[in-house]
Amino acid sequence: MFKPFVAAAAAAFVVGAVGAASAAEITGAGSTFVNPVLAQWSSDYDKATGDHVNYQSIGSGGGISQIKAGTVDFGATDKPLAPAELAQSGLAQFPIVIGSILPVVNIPGVSAGELKFTGPILADIFLGKITRWDDPRLAAINRGVKLPNLPITVVHRSDGSGTTFNWTHYLSQVNPEWKSKVGEGTAVQWPTGLGGKGNEGVAAFVKQTIGSIGYIEYAYVIQNHMAWGAVQNSAGRFIAPSVPAFQAAAATADWARATDFDLVMTDAPGANSYPITATTFVLMYKHPKDQARTAAALKFFRWALEHGQPEAARLDYVSLPPALVRQIEAYWAREIK
Amino acid sequence: MTTSASLPLSTAAGQPTRGAGDQLFRMLCFSAATLLMAALSGVVISLAIGGWPAFKAFGWRFFTTTTWNPVTGVFGGLGPIVGTLVTAAISLLFALPMAFGVSVFLVEFAPRFMRQPIATGIQLLAGIPSVVYGMWGLFVFAPFFAAHVQLPLSEVATPGSLLDKLTAGVPNGANIFTASIILAIMILPYMAAVFRELFLSVSPQLRESAYGLGATPLEAVWKVLLPYIGRSAVGAVMLGLGRALGETMAVTFIIGNSHDLPKSLFDSGSTIASTIANEFTEATSDMHYAALIALGLVLFMITFAVLGIARAMLGTLKTY
Repeated sequence: MFKPFVAAAAAAFVVGAVGAASAAEITGAGSTFVNPVLAQWSSDYDKATGDHVNYQSIGSGGGISQIKAGTVDFGATDKPLAPAELAQSGLAQFPIVIGSILPVVNIPGVSAGELKFTGPILADIFLGKITRWDDPRLAAINRGVKLPNLPITVVHRSDGSGTTFNWTHYLSQVNPEWKSKVGEGTAVQWPTGLGGKGNEGVAAFVKQTIGSIGYIEYAYVIQNHMAWGAVQNSAGRFIAPSVPAFQAAAATADWARATDFDLVMTDAPGANSYPITATTFVLMYKHPKDQARTAAALKFFRWALEHGQPEAARLDYVSLPPALVRQIEAYWAREIK
Repeated sequence: MTTSASLPLSTAAGQPTRGAGDQLFRMLCFSAATLLMAALSGVVISLAIGGWPAFKAFGWRFFTTTTWNPVTGVFGGLGPIVGTLVTAAISLLFALPMAFGVSVFLVEFAPRFMRQPIATGIQLLAGIPSVVYGMWGLFVFAPFFAAHVQLPLSEVATPGSLLDKLTAGVPNGANIFTASIILAIMILPYMAAVFRELFLSVSPQLRESAYGLGATPLEAVWKVLLPYIGRSAVGAVMLGLGRALGETMAVTFIIGNSHDLPKSLFDSGSTIASTIANEFTEATSDMHYAALIALGLVLFMITFAVLGIARAMLGTLKTY
């Protein structure tokens, strides 16, 4: 008695799923970091063309496993996959939008943009080796700023995130001890400090803790008026976070030599590049089973890269520079059949 | 006449249909029950299979070490396991007397017009989603606690004293103690409601006899009512404990999320549920994934043990 009912329900479900698939709809899953801008783009794209993009922000790890399982048309990840891993699954990979990460502090009397950091100093703070704000190394690069004799409290993300991956990737680039002791990842074993959930969790702990330092995405810092610090780039200049500085990093990063765009932009060369920038990567099949759907997805990304800049800017994301867009389009023509 | 004629007819026609209906009903009930058991064992089996690589790789060290390093792929769950037990225990310490007081007041002392509003208020507390408790904890309670409890205490405590050791920590309210308080508020309504039901289940004769013998309200509650509900009360406590063990979102917001063993009451820590909620979505390596699922199995076992005890305690209610 029970079995036929289950079978009927299952059949109805399958029919429903097939019915949904036959409609012109693009499905994607992955990174939570790009969700706001992807949602905006898909709503605009829907209005312009009538094609729906259904994106589930389940996290980069989820995005990677979903595309490998073939349940979505594209996956999105904050951490690029190595060409070998891509080849194994027959996947193509390209960047889609730029974000950046800022150190934020809560020190009485220090306002946004006043404090300067170098990469090695940031790493030593997060390693727990620099423990007070009046440390001589901090004072040496911050002449004129009155640094109090306060203990430093490190605040990091508790949830696994692309923000953490890019932040720890940067610290690994500029400090060998960080690289060997902690390394880089969406979650790491933090030598010190406490963890807040999401940008809002880190922001809340930094605001509530005098003498704290955390790292937060650019858009969130600007929208919440937090006290960020400038960071020294690889050319030795202290760079304030700004859209041109992020685009400079994307432009000077050596994309041409990176197979499948497998490149993390942190500590990018160039005199005007902001050092802690990040991209989110889209993963798609090179030889998809359903070519129509992949073509529709590519059409959407072409539209987003060429016409999505105003929406991205409004949400404090940064669009890819035109030269990089051309490289991506050439890559599509070459790799995705 | 008509009734006597139709009566045998209806039973004759009704008998087979009722039989088929009964059979269908029985099968449906049976399927529901077995489906639930199948789902339960399915959960255990899939957790065991998913967590097996972690158990195999780390063995007992998974339960006895605090290294939790997703980069090198070395995982020890002692920090979250201890954090889970400690926060649940502290929350119980606060919630139990409160729940007891609330229920005794409602049953024994409250004027009639106050009973319903208080009971409804407690039910409303139970209805608040846990993420709201978390947000409230993070943005309201933690700063308040830091400014009005943690800072004054740290100023009063002499360095090296027991108080100093207990209250050492960054004064921002993100620690296992505040997480436990939030948990206490969350489990309070459940426990108060069950206590109230238990007190109401005491027969009026017993209560009136106690008062008739000249017992004060304190004596009546302490020496007559409490022994009467006895073990069932332990069951109620265990239900609260079960909820405290598994609570996720509210704790994640406020516990500070460090995988080390908490060194003081005001140190940040983590629980099994908060660790899984934090890291599961972005766990890209297989071992990280396995370690999180293994933690899930540990939590399942702890909760299962607690609820098992609760069931046993509640089961003895029938003997009264």
